[in-house]
Amino acid sequence: MKYTEDHEWLRVEDDLVLVGITEHASEQLGDIVFVELPELETQVSKGDEVVVIESVKAASDILAPVDGEVVEVNDKLVDNPGLVNEDPTGDAWFFKLKVDDLSVLDELMDEDEYKDLIG
Amino acid sequence: MGDLKRTVLHDMHLALGARMVPFAGYDMPVQYASGVMKEHLHTREKAGLFDVSHMGQVILRPASGDVEGAALALEALVPVDVAGLAEGRQRYAVFTAEDGGILDDLMIARRADHLFLVVNAACKAEDIAHLRAHLPDQVTVEEITDRALLALQGPEAERVLSALLPGAAGMRFMDSAVFDSQFGALWVSRSGYTGEDGYEVSVPEAHAVAFAEALLADNDLQPIGLGARDSLRLEAGLCLYGADIDTGTSPVEADLVWSIQKVRRSGGARAGGFPGAETILRQIDEGASRKRVGLLPDGRAPMRAGTEIYAQESGGHPVGTVTSGAFGPSIGQPMSMAYVSVDCAEKGRKLWGEVRGKRLPALVAAMPFHPHAYKR
Repeated sequence: MKYTEDHEWLRVEDDLVLVGITEHASEQLGDIVFVELPELETQVSKGDEVVVIESVKAASDILAPVDGEVVEVNDKLVDNPGLVNEDPTGDAWFFKLKVDDLSVLDELMDEDEYKDLIG
Repeated sequence: MGDLKRTVLHDMHLALGARMVPFAGYDMPVQYASGVMKEHLHTREKAGLFDVSHMGQVILRPASGDVEGAALALEALVPVDVAGLAEGRQRYAVFTAEDGGILDDLMIARRADHLFLVVNAACKAEDIAHLRAHLPDQVTVEEITDRALLALQGPEAERVLSALLPGAAGMRFMDSAVFDSQFGALWVSRSGYTGEDGYEVSVPEAHAVAFAEALLADNDLQPIGLGARDSLRLEAGLCLYGADIDTGTSPVEADLVWSIQKVRRSGGARAGGFPGAETILRQIDEGASRKRVGLLPDGRAPMRAGTEIYAQESGGHPVGTVTSGAFGPSIGQPMSMAYVSVDCAEKGRKLWGEVRGKRLPALVAAMPFHPHAYKR
């Protein structure tokens, strides 16, 4: 698993990059009540606002952590946004990206570095 | 941040795992470990304990012991029948401004030889100055600074409080009473800000922690933070001062005409005589141009404060603005309060809220969104 400074995690499965938010982020946001997912086949650039999530407190954006194409979204979250709180690093991934070169993930933080970040 | 005030229960909140935030100059619990959603649902299902000690407690004491006179004097500041309030009863009121706006909303209780007021934390200094400036010298304005204020809300509140204070069970909605107890003199009203049955209890600070701990020994009662307090009051259709009502909204626009008894309206025995009476009474008789309404968005996207409301799916000008919006845990969907022009205010009317550049449909809906459970 890799991590960004925006408290997202990335995991490679079958050459696709799954993206979600960390447990720390889900705790900080509080109960998630709304998730808006991107359209399939959207080309995204690193830093693009891809997903909107709303907690009981406020709206937040999930940014594309790397360049790629959205090839799958997790529709379960639309009907059950609370899954983001229950299983943020497992079932509650938001989207899968097809990435040209998976080595771009090497620049991201590993788990120890992320733990240092959140103290 | 350094000069935030603390309530006497501050250490207890920290020990209970609260996340604290600045609110109206106080460091207050926004949520505890279980989170806003669970706290909200627990209050509706069992009971919640809220620290509302930041709110202002004020006694208006007539030098002569003439409560009737003090009540009539207060009527010069609120469009409410205070003189007709029976001893041991409480009533909702607003302080109005000369232009018909709302300076604050408050509760007024009539007790044996004085009136007891509870006002919003953010407004209390101005409210007290306003009272001192406008009430006659015979009425003393005493700010109560040595008492905490706790709210117990929910279907188990009666059982939990009456275990310590048997007399509480016999009260009904909007009763106000004073009880001697092992925690000192408790000033109790059967009221609250959640739509549930429950109580608000003023307790001497010296006894407040022991009182709260004795209440929380009952596992049906959980501490609840400001986050759930807000979603509970919004489901109950209750206004938040500073969001849904303020100096720019009149009580008529705010759909609070029910709080202005007939005796203070045009043709009543004590009609008018409060700040802004001309504007407010005219609006009661002729209608205002906009009105506070409930809105139920069609999808799951909350329409939060500031969301602009349109009468059509594209083009046109806004017909209103959301003043409060959140997800309602008990109704399982988002909800909002908004001011819309009166020609768009009928229940069932389809409107659109612009969220992140997209117009999303919402229906004008009756409030409360979740039914009240008051013990009348």
